[in-house]
Amino acid sequence: MQAQAQQDSSQKAARSLNPVNAVLNCFRYVGGGLLSFMEAIGNLTFFMARALGHCFSPPFFPSQVARQIIDIGYYSLPVVGMTALFTGMVLALQSYTGFTRFNAESAIAGVVVLSITRELAPVLAGLMVAGRVGASIAAEIGTMRVTEQIDALRTLSVNPFKYLIAPRVIAGTLMLPILVLIGDIIGVMGGYIVSIYRLGFSPASYLSQTWEILEYMDVMSGLYKAAAFGFIVSVMGCYHGFYSQRGAQGVGAATTNAVVSASILILICNYVLTQVFFS
Amino acid sequence: MSGAANDSSDNKIVLSGLCKAFGKNEILRGIDLAVPRGKSMVVIGGSGTGKSVTLKCILGLLEADSGSIQVDGHETMALKGADRDELMKKFGMLFQGGALFDSLKIWENIGFGLIHGQKVSKKQAREIAIEKLQDVGLKPEVAELFPAELSGGMQKRVSLARAIATKPEIIFFDEPTTGLDPIMADVINELIVKCVKQLGATALSITHDMASVRKIADYVAMIHEGRIIWCGPVADLDRSGNPYVDQFIHGRADGPITNHTRF
Ligand SMILES: Nc1ncnc2c1ncn2[C@@H]1O[C@H](COP(=O)(O)OP(=O)(O)O)[C@@H](O)[C@H]1O
Ligand SMILES: [Mg+2]
Repeated sequence: MQAQAQQDSSQKAARSLNPVNAVLNCFRYVGGGLLSFMEAIGNLTFFMARALGHCFSPPFFPSQVARQIIDIGYYSLPVVGMTALFTGMVLALQSYTGFTRFNAESAIAGVVVLSITRELAPVLAGLMVAGRVGASIAAEIGTMRVTEQIDALRTLSVNPFKYLIAPRVIAGTLMLPILVLIGDIIGVMGGYIVSIYRLGFSPASYLSQTWEILEYMDVMSGLYKAAAFGFIVSVMGCYHGFYSQRGAQGVGAATTNAVVSASILILICNYVLTQVFFS
Repeated sequence: MSGAANDSSDNKIVLSGLCKAFGKNEILRGIDLAVPRGKSMVVIGGSGTGKSVTLKCILGLLEADSGSIQVDGHETMALKGADRDELMKKFGMLFQGGALFDSLKIWENIGFGLIHGQKVSKKQAREIAIEKLQDVGLKPEVAELFPAELSGGMQKRVSLARAIATKPEIIFFDEPTTGLDPIMADVINELIVKCVKQLGATALSITHDMASVRKIADYVAMIHEGRIIWCGPVADLDRSGNPYVDQFIHGRADGPITNHTRF
């Protein structure tokens, strides 16, 4: 018995030491990983297409959309507002330290408004909303999956894509640009407050410098980005919740995965969109 | 094999050779079952033998791997989209855990299928919901509460009300009495019998509560290792001559069913 086991293990050792097998194993791991990665991408793409399709085809659930607009939009206002305010303030403070060395204080207003509208407001708002909304969507839909409420929807002849997913995707995609626009205003205001009350700029010249440098496309590019990020956050929340594994642990994992994957996708998408808009 | 009537026109649901596996885990290995029209069939069997999976395959919530599912003589395995939604209107289901929508009030839960599936107005749906609440022995005041505010027994009653509100032709009950005290279990059993009679519906229930079986069943089928191993009228249950059935209905630890030792 023991000899048999010993023989087995020595055979195993010999097999894994064999260079051909080692290389094959290597391919197997890499290939297996690659295949499941591609499968996940495929599933996600299919899910996104399905979710989009259901956003534009009846029946619609206006009361569900309204509810999500309040949940996703209105209740995210404090978080996005605070983020924008302090980011604008810190931007003014930091650029002052740098720019005084080159006697370029007059550029501060421009730096603040451009960084806020083009990059910081959409990305930071996207990330904050991913944490707040993405997590709660995944937890809610995941719980509904685990407690068979999604099955119950289907037995009552209601398509869960139309009733649960489409309203969240619509609300997410519409509300994030609005949140970012508000964030733009609050962020610029933050920079203004620090520049006027702490750094001693004159209000009139700060505002005129802000207006001078700002172009239509700076704001619009930020809002397009925000729409894309809102779509990403709501779809990732729905996707992970919808395919949540069973049990409380499954819902927990779905929540974490929704936030992490949405955040990473936002950063990747931000780079791609910046390249598209400004080159 | 099935003791129920074999003439297909008399059967509401006919399953043949139904198979379902999750990965390598073969749960259903060829289920053959005929549910006679207007009768109450109860499926018994141990935990984890695939009773819920069978119901979910019939409803199309899970996709079976092979076999056939006929409802009213029509094959339904391949139905998708609008055809599936249409078929769903024939079914009502009481889920094992209740599965009430916890973001909606009780009356909205009960009226959900009416409002969204049958385009009944909200006001009318609310009236029907309150009527159904009374049918299952709950006060109209309950209508304004949320599911989390109710006890387990009350939630089961509300689920029952939701399952029957759309007047389905076929109702599935997945362990309707599990987790309830014996008196509440008996109340639910009586409600099931009453509601099914009232609607003239065909019922397919799952349970491992023998008191419940004797109360609600016209026919009994026993599932074991992915197959139906016995099926017959409830009157024959005690003289089935099947050692598996005998072990199950008497709840003995020793006998031919030895699955439990593996866990
Ligand atoms: N969605 C699923 N994914 C993987 N396994 C499942 C799934 N649903 C059920 N199972 C497995 O199928 C078996 C039977 O489940 P079920 O039909 O719920 O049992 P029961 O007869 O107690 O109702 C269980 O072992 C369960 O682990
Ligand atoms: Mg079950």
